[in-house]
Amino acid sequence: MNIVVCMKQTFDTEAKIALDANGKINKQGVSLIMNPYCEFAVEEALRIKEKHGGEVTVVSVGGPEAQDALRQALAMGADKAVLVDPGMEEVDEFTTATILAKAISGLQYDIVLGGFRAIDDGSAQVAGRVAEILGLPVVNVVTKLEIADGKATATKEIEGGSQVLEVALPAVFTAQKGLNEPRYPSMKGIMQAKKKPMEKKTLADLGLDAGQVAPKVKALSYFLPSARAAGKIIPGEPADAARDLVKALREEAKVI
Amino acid sequence: MPLHLTEDQKLMRDMVRRLVQNEIAPRAAYYDRTHEYPWENIKKMSELGLMGVPIPEEWGGAGCDFLSYIITIEEISRACASTGVILAVHTSVGTMPILLFGTEEQKKKYIPRLASGEIIGAFALTEPGAGSDAASLTTSARLDGAHYVVNGSKIFISNGGAAGVYITFVRTEPGSKGYQGITCLIVEKDTPGFYIGKREEKMGLHADHTTELIFENARVPRENVLGMEGDGFRVAMALLDGGRIGIGAQGLGIAQGAFDVALEYARQRKQFGRPIIEQQAVGFMLADMATRIDAARALVYRAARLKDMGLPHAKEASMAKMYATDTAMEVTTNAVQILGGYGYCKDYPVERMMRDAKVTQIYEGTNQIQRLVIAKNLMKE
Repeated sequence: MNIVVCMKQTFDTEAKIALDANGKINKQGVSLIMNPYCEFAVEEALRIKEKHGGEVTVVSVGGPEAQDALRQALAMGADKAVLVDPGMEEVDEFTTATILAKAISGLQYDIVLGGFRAIDDGSAQVAGRVAEILGLPVVNVVTKLEIADGKATATKEIEGGSQVLEVALPAVFTAQKGLNEPRYPSMKGIMQAKKKPMEKKTLADLGLDAGQVAPKVKALSYFLPSARAAGKIIPGEPADAARDLVKALREEAKVI
Repeated sequence: MPLHLTEDQKLMRDMVRRLVQNEIAPRAAYYDRTHEYPWENIKKMSELGLMGVPIPEEWGGAGCDFLSYIITIEEISRACASTGVILAVHTSVGTMPILLFGTEEQKKKYIPRLASGEIIGAFALTEPGAGSDAASLTTSARLDGAHYVVNGSKIFISNGGAAGVYITFVRTEPGSKGYQGITCLIVEKDTPGFYIGKREEKMGLHADHTTELIFENARVPRENVLGMEGDGFRVAMALLDGGRIGIGAQGLGIAQGAFDVALEYARQRKQFGRPIIEQQAVGFMLADMATRIDAARALVYRAARLKDMGLPHAKEASMAKMYATDTAMEVTTNAVQILGGYGYCKDYPVERMMRDAKVTQIYEGTNQIQRLVIAKNLMKE
């Protein structure tokens, strides 16, 4: 049972987001982590491997810094890692999915796992796109996954409940919170991680050129939520206060 | 940002941090209140391989460098100083002596069990009349066939009762004085005539059990001599520097833990219409605390790196231990001050941290002894 996990490195959940002088998200000095949903996917892959044997390969698209998150996956117990550096400043879901699909198509796989979304841009598109490109069925927001006889039984969240699905392998699954409790990498795992293979590839290595993966969506601007202003208490007798409130809503807040 | 760390060190630090955040920190107040030995923490740490961080892989350890081990103690001590010292004593002076001085048989018999956390290690040097002047110890051991018959007592022994193995220093030459005639013995918990005495009621570090050890005609096999007979003081001295860096890391962790709480509080707490961190009196206290902690970390990591490189580090280890533990006392005291009345109450962790910090200036060589070591090194330079 060979399993490929698509993994994204994201900002730490506790990172404070700020914009730089060009209005882009400032990445300077922000600590990075493995996307928590991808961590569920890695954990699930390891559990499937422990039960059914096989190999777990973790694939990521990103710059050299993404090696840290890949190494964490190796320390948890994954067998090998592939990092594709697109060498581009701006990517979109199309870019990432096209690259991942190409990288995965060169690997042996029965199961492809990923987080159902990343906690940074939260677009929840990439795994589905990868499945589409590879011509595989996909089951999203999975909270339970069982493998037997070349088939998977997956429990997924639906509005107000859960649905149990059967799907033939190979297939793509995206992890939702509740699928499992990811393990900590052990000291032994950490020491072994550096001896495991980490392939670093460029677009050219995959037979792609920048034109084929150029983003189709462009971010125009970013802005942060405005700081919450302090509330205002309007004093006075009810009738006077109500009159002042209406005046304030009309003239200051301009909402009526 | 901490000083430059390798990939492994960062991965390990992040793993320990998560473990601490999810498992160790939530239980720290409980263990302080109940004085229970933190077996639950030990179990988790054992599963992850943290009970033998600097022990080579061939002996069942993780095979990491000394700095990695130091970072582990620092991170754990940020939330639970008791667990920090349990690990430090277990590793630095409970396991390392067997690795450094043990025979192949002794290593095989004890190290894999220690490094996996199956048994805990302890170190028994201090006696009622032999503290800073350790060479004045009087616990005696007389050879009787294949055994040493040990009589006397030890006090203030960390991991007392919890440990399975006690690295014990005894006088094997009757009438000998000072550092001559001292021998180091590996004493197992179940040795006939060996008893765990009174458990001390301490100001802090409640979860680390500190006990008296009593030897009444305790029969220790002669094969349990660690190093050469009569050469025990050299064994003790060889461990001091590593032990001191470990306790420096514990002090550093306690200081960082208290600082984190104080900073968060000073940002949230409003008086006179603004967060108290904006009051210069409080802001300046935090500035001093942050600076001292960074300086302490630089000293502790430097000492660990020198040890990793196999370079002399006695002076640097003493500097690190003294400065980091003095920092722990100062920073925790100021953290309580910044939290005011809340800081004095057990709802917040800083009063515990302040109680825990005090002993770090006392044990593993008092900070007065550390200054003596530093001064002696300066005379030689």
